[in-house]
Amino acid sequence: MAKTIEEINEKIKSGKVVVVTAEEIIDIVDKKGLEKAAQEVDVVTTGTFGPMCSSGAYFNFGHTKPKIKAGGGIALLNNVPAYTGWAAVDLYIGATATAKDDPLNKIHPGEFAYGGGHVIEELVSGKDVKLHVEAYGTDCYPRKHLDTLINIKDLNEAVLFNSRNAYQNYNVAVNLSNKTIYTYLGTLKPNLGNANYCSAGQLSPLLNDPFYKTIGIGTRIFLGGAEGYVAWQGTQHNPHAPRLDNGTPKRPAGTLAVIGDLKQMSPRYLKGVSFIGYGTTLAVGIGIPIPILNEEILKYTTVKDAEITAAVVDYSDAYPNGKPEVLGEVNYEQLKSGSIEIKGKKVATSGISSYSRALEIANTLKDLIKKGTFSLTQKVADLPSRDNAPKFKPLNERPVKEEK
Amino acid sequence: MTSRKIVINFPKDLIDRPIVYKLIKEYDLEFNILKASITPDSEGIMVLELMGDKKKIDDGIKYLKDQGVKIESLSKDIKVNWDKCIQCGACVSICPTEALYISDRKTMKVDFDAEKCIACELCIRPCPPRAIEVHYTT
Ligand code: SF4
Ligand code: SF4
Repeated sequence: MAKTIEEINEKIKSGKVVVVTAEEIIDIVDKKGLEKAAQEVDVVTTGTFGPMCSSGAYFNFGHTKPKIKAGGGIALLNNVPAYTGWAAVDLYIGATATAKDDPLNKIHPGEFAYGGGHVIEELVSGKDVKLHVEAYGTDCYPRKHLDTLINIKDLNEAVLFNSRNAYQNYNVAVNLSNKTIYTYLGTLKPNLGNANYCSAGQLSPLLNDPFYKTIGIGTRIFLGGAEGYVAWQGTQHNPHAPRLDNGTPKRPAGTLAVIGDLKQMSPRYLKGVSFIGYGTTLAVGIGIPIPILNEEILKYTTVKDAEITAAVVDYSDAYPNGKPEVLGEVNYEQLKSGSIEIKGKKVATSGISSYSRALEIANTLKDLIKKGTFSLTQKVADLPSRDNAPKFKPLNERPVKEEK
Repeated sequence: MTSRKIVINFPKDLIDRPIVYKLIKEYDLEFNILKASITPDSEGIMVLELMGDKKKIDDGIKYLKDQGVKIESLSKDIKVNWDKCIQCGACVSICPTEALYISDRKTMKVDFDAEKCIACELCIRPCPPRAIEVHYTT
């Protein structure tokens, strides 16, 4: 018997809803079977917590007297450049922005001790942040300099807006070269010294709804410790990635653009992080509830680590040079066991995404729904699917002709 | 060439004498200052890493003692700041001694066994939120 989201929301209101995590559902369906479990379980919660580039926040810091127009000028937040090209007092701070005087990779590998992700974490923690603005001055916005402390509680709006999060699967990074390399998937020791992966596997939102049957534009989610929404498909959303029979993609596939009120969020689920030799970013916590509307949707949520595979990619050559070669495929049960075998060699594995924090998010979301404080939404529009998504393309570089 | 880390306590009356200068000049030692401070009552504390010939390091240390400087050898303590740690596990495959390890494969919880740690510091910079700290103790 199929259910509707309205019916589930009624059960949430009356306190009768049955919610389990994407980990717990595996055993439940194993014991009870799909049909019975689909009747009993209303919602399966998912979670993921890991470094997610393409994250950032925008805010309006309020007009000064006399007025200043940051647009066209320069703005720094704790010495990290923010994007000003929007208007007078709206700024966007991206997670990967590096501090103005950062030596970057001049002495390789650079530290990247502080960047945009850290600014967002400090804002969310309620700490004062230094704002410096240099403007060119106009008749209506005469002021040219501003140095002040700002605090999230005084900002007019502060919004987390991430254009690509929650990647549906990811590569396993290794290093075939004979020197250590420093990547966004961590430090990789030479000659297959270690292997780093970055997905919550069986808990990961889009791996539990591989064809985006319930997750879509407008879906209410847990974002950074508060409520947020799926705003759009993320950039590089690629539902065309090859898939296993259970629907899960074997390569990085779908992505989400997400949005939410930064003022409500918590530094426990938004953390500035640094990858030596690479840069800074933001670790973001996301949880998505999946309404169990029918057996098919339930079936997808029962996927387990052993049934999700990822591609092992050499980050010393294949990845940076855009070569399609893959060294093999491994599943998440193997990855989480602590070692995998590549080219006959036993290689130690590390997660970059935090499974234990993902589990915490799935459980937190479960509790919020059970308490009746988090209700489900019907998606407003579908994410692009295999049937209608454009092909994900690399850049076609074309020569720039000098004009006479 | 060996290296040794020491903590030097200068009493008040020695603070303006060029002791470290002499150490380098006459004992042919290289050094790194890991930490230096002068306490409110003008006692100086300096954490030094001395590098050079083993015999010369011993002689240099003897010279310091003869000058009335108190010397302790230093040990490093590695600590994980659990408030900062995001439980990612990035350190686990970096640590050569399994001092950083997954204590529960079901929840993938990361733990630290100080007994196994050799203070090599390999884990410090790869930790994304920089949650692993070096504390110097004597
Ligand atoms: S200092 Fe070295 S031994 Fe100690 S935890 Fe870090 S990597 Fe492991
Ligand atoms: S790398 Fe740092 S944050 Fe990640 S588990 Fe190790 S100590 Fe914790």
